[in-house]
Amino acid sequence: MGKEWGELSADEKQEALFQRWLSPKDPEGNDVKFQSPEAEKAFKERIGRIKDAIQMKKQPDRVPVVPLPNMFPAFYSGMSVEDVMYDYDKCYAAWKKFVLDYDPDGHMGCAGPGPGKFYEILDYKLYAWPGHGVSPQHSYQCLEGEYMKADEYDGLIQDPSGFFSNVYLPRVFGALEPFQMLPLLPGILEMYGVAFNFIPYGLPPVQGAFNALMEAGGEALKWVGTVGGFDGEMITLGYPNILAGFTKAPFDSIADTLRGTKGVMLDIYRQPDKLLEAMEAITPLMIKMGVGAAMMNGKPLVFMPLHKGADGFLSDEQFKTFYWPTFRKVMMGLIEEGCVPFPVAEGGYNSRLEVVKDLPKGKVLWMFDQTDMAQAKKTVGKTACISGNVPLDLLSVGTPEQVSDYVKKLIETAGKGGGYILTNGAFFDEIRPENLKAMMEAGREYGAYS
Amino acid sequence: MSKELVNAIAEMREEEALGIAREMVEGGSDPMEVLNAAREAMGIVGQRYEEGTYFLPELILSGVMLNQIAEIVKPVLAGAAEVERHGKVVIGTVEGDIHDIGKDIVVFMLDVNGFDVLDLGIDVPPQKFVEAINDFQPQVVGLSGFLTLAFDAMKDTVEAIKKAGQRDKVKIMIGGGQISEEIRKHTGADAYGKDAVAGVSLVKEWVGAK
Repeated sequence: MGKEWGELSADEKQEALFQRWLSPKDPEGNDVKFQSPEAEKAFKERIGRIKDAIQMKKQPDRVPVVPLPNMFPAFYSGMSVEDVMYDYDKCYAAWKKFVLDYDPDGHMGCAGPGPGKFYEILDYKLYAWPGHGVSPQHSYQCLEGEYMKADEYDGLIQDPSGFFSNVYLPRVFGALEPFQMLPLLPGILEMYGVAFNFIPYGLPPVQGAFNALMEAGGEALKWVGTVGGFDGEMITLGYPNILAGFTKAPFDSIADTLRGTKGVMLDIYRQPDKLLEAMEAITPLMIKMGVGAAMMNGKPLVFMPLHKGADGFLSDEQFKTFYWPTFRKVMMGLIEEGCVPFPVAEGGYNSRLEVVKDLPKGKVLWMFDQTDMAQAKKTVGKTACISGNVPLDLLSVGTPEQVSDYVKKLIETAGKGGGYILTNGAFFDEIRPENLKAMMEAGREYGAYS
Repeated sequence: MSKELVNAIAEMREEEALGIAREMVEGGSDPMEVLNAAREAMGIVGQRYEEGTYFLPELILSGVMLNQIAEIVKPVLAGAAEVERHGKVVIGTVEGDIHDIGKDIVVFMLDVNGFDVLDLGIDVPPQKFVEAINDFQPQVVGLSGFLTLAFDAMKDTVEAIKKAGQRDKVKIMIGGGQISEEIRKHTGADAYGKDAVAGVSLVKEWVGAK
């Protein structure tokens, strides 16, 4: 007892984060008051089940069942995506109904839709969302582009934060375009000349951008009050939010938001060294991003949506050269601080399993979509908890019986001996509610370890 | 020279490929010889993609090289000498979905396999497919979609094609991240392709090309 955080081993840090998750506090720092002793018991059982599955030290009482929706709760409540993006109370109500009706072992909170007005204030250009490029019924979607040009790698490598504030933000937020006039802060060194650096802050367009920033901050704060309140109420009802925060594989950070798919794929041939250097440069920041959120939220799971390393995107050699090294470094950085990386591999990951299994035991939770789960269990599954694989096509157009049969077989394959969490393969929108019910029931029935 | 150009493109040596193309044009080679070499190389790239040795970086880089070589050749190209095509395909990402990576791979593969492709882009409403079928007269229509919302959008598109009296004139294939035989049934399409290679096979089968 009494050891400083820095003196703890990775194992001890992970245990400490699980313990913090098991002992939730209200915003004033007092122990949460559960709505009933049953709710408190259920809350602890649910986390315990997830913890056992992840740590792989012992078999949980049953397979944890955690449905992970995209916009499904909105549709399920008869709302549009636009409704839940612009009316935070509606979002809260829809997600609450979803959790209470399906009674999951964990949820992802109601932050998914995000604050529509916030995106409007800043004139966000990286995504299309309801009323801004997609219909009210549809989920937001990424508008890929070259937000970092091919010849700008050095700027990112030398000063990632400066690059983001002065180059990237002005390109993806229309309202922050004047930020391209901002000074480089490391120029603020001595009495002489210090004031020169502050001239941009006096310019009307820059001041306008700061006004937009403050307005956006206010909106984000308002939104997070609802989103945080949701998590708080769900705790009192016995339902833990499984996510502490999120980060990304450096290759995806560059491919998704900076260079775009086309840009990054060309860089692999045209300037591979710059690409590698840039990924190394942002790796510590990707670690910090995940660890910071985990410390603040007092939970271990750090969500990592994976995109451009899936089967079919890169060759094995390219995956091993460009995708895996910094992805692994980020995961190891998280693990060393007690976090549990939660990589979500949409699409197929069959050709990557032998490579990505190289991680310490009981430290990672993988979610797979269309990956062969028998193979996943034999490889990655030896050292890491695996989850996922209930197909979206089945949930969308199949029957409850088909879903139930699928889940039964899936648990027999992937659930053997623990180390498995039942989830859908990819995040879902409008699926048949009765199919989700069938998935939940089958999970609880066939997932019991006797 | 043209053999070297084929190799340079197929082996992803961009600077060398462009250098050879320039040299050929400046040296008075027949521009068609340059273009034919580039097309031959694209065929090799497509084949390697099918075999699983080439992936997205190679498809994208070779596409960029082809465009650059077309630019080099353009000033000396007399008329548009079109190559013979096996058949016509209209393709697009269905309404509401703006994803294009998968669709673009299919377009690329159809093109290098000798099909004339009309790419309608992303977020394409059913009516636009109907109009394109009318104007372009394809044998095959390809519907792409990454999101689950595409399931119903595909169904609506097939319905619209049926309503317009075009259903018997075209074969319809669907594809994308979450597409399966179940979804094919749901949409009323003729077949689904699990990847770009499967899509090309379907088109070949339907139009009777080798």
